Amino acid sequence: MIISSDDIIIKTIARIFVPFIQLFALYVIMHGHYSPGGGFQGGVILGASLVLLLITHGYEEMRRRVPEGAVILLGSLGLLIYSGIGLTCLLLGGNYLDYSQLSVILHVDPAHARAMGILGIELGVAFAVMAAVCSIFFDISTGGILPEDEK
Amino acid sequence: MKTVGLIVSMIVGAFLIYGTMDMPDWGDPNSPASLHVSPRYIMNTETETATPNIVTAVLADYRGYDTLGETVVIFTAGMACVLLLRRRNKFKKNRG
Repeated sequence: MIISSDDIIIKTIARIFVPFIQLFALYVIMHGHYSPGGGFQGGVILGASLVLLLITHGYEEMRRRVPEGAVILLGSLGLLIYSGIGLTCLLLGGNYLDYSQLSVILHVDPAHARAMGILGIELGVAFAVMAAVCSIFFDISTGGILPEDEK
Repeated sequence: MKTVGLIVSMIVGAFLIYGTMDMPDWGDPNSPASLHVSPRYIMNTETETATPNIVTAVLADYRGYDTLGETVVIFTAGMACVLLLRRRNKFKKNRG
């Protein structure tokens, strides 16, 4: 299991950098319509920021901030967002994942509804990718054996 | 045995190279793949999806079903790692 680093420089730099990395990840996700990027890349950056927190502040601190159950829940939520948007389009009378049908509930024209649909599924992809990266790193770094829960 | 393997692999390689003779040139604008849906995507993406980035539009909108599959694959990989590796503390107690 990874324990907290003794080096104050490493811990401080990581603490300063993690919010900026997460902000950049959000930028990559949201700006995917206009530049290279999108859900997969942004999700990996988001996951990398949590991995940085884990390798500098140790497993206990990481677990206090981001419980591993929450990560799995977030990943499932991401997949649910994606397939839920597809199913909503189906229920509104279009094909599966035909986002132009969303214009009825979003009150915009079909082209912009499709842009919104793309943004929604990018968010879902980002959540799922972040959860996959994080949980794989959690489990490999701890050997999968979680410490005792406080009861 | 080694000579037989060499001959077989060279014959198969020659057939594969012969197969590439019929393929269109690299980046040929008149190849079948460039004539079917690509012009439509390039012409209509901006008006149909209000998204300037054609790659994003194709990935998430026109080929959304494919991306859903990719996401499921990544999610499944993460969950398989959790299911295979993660042990609760019950296991630790039993072991000693």
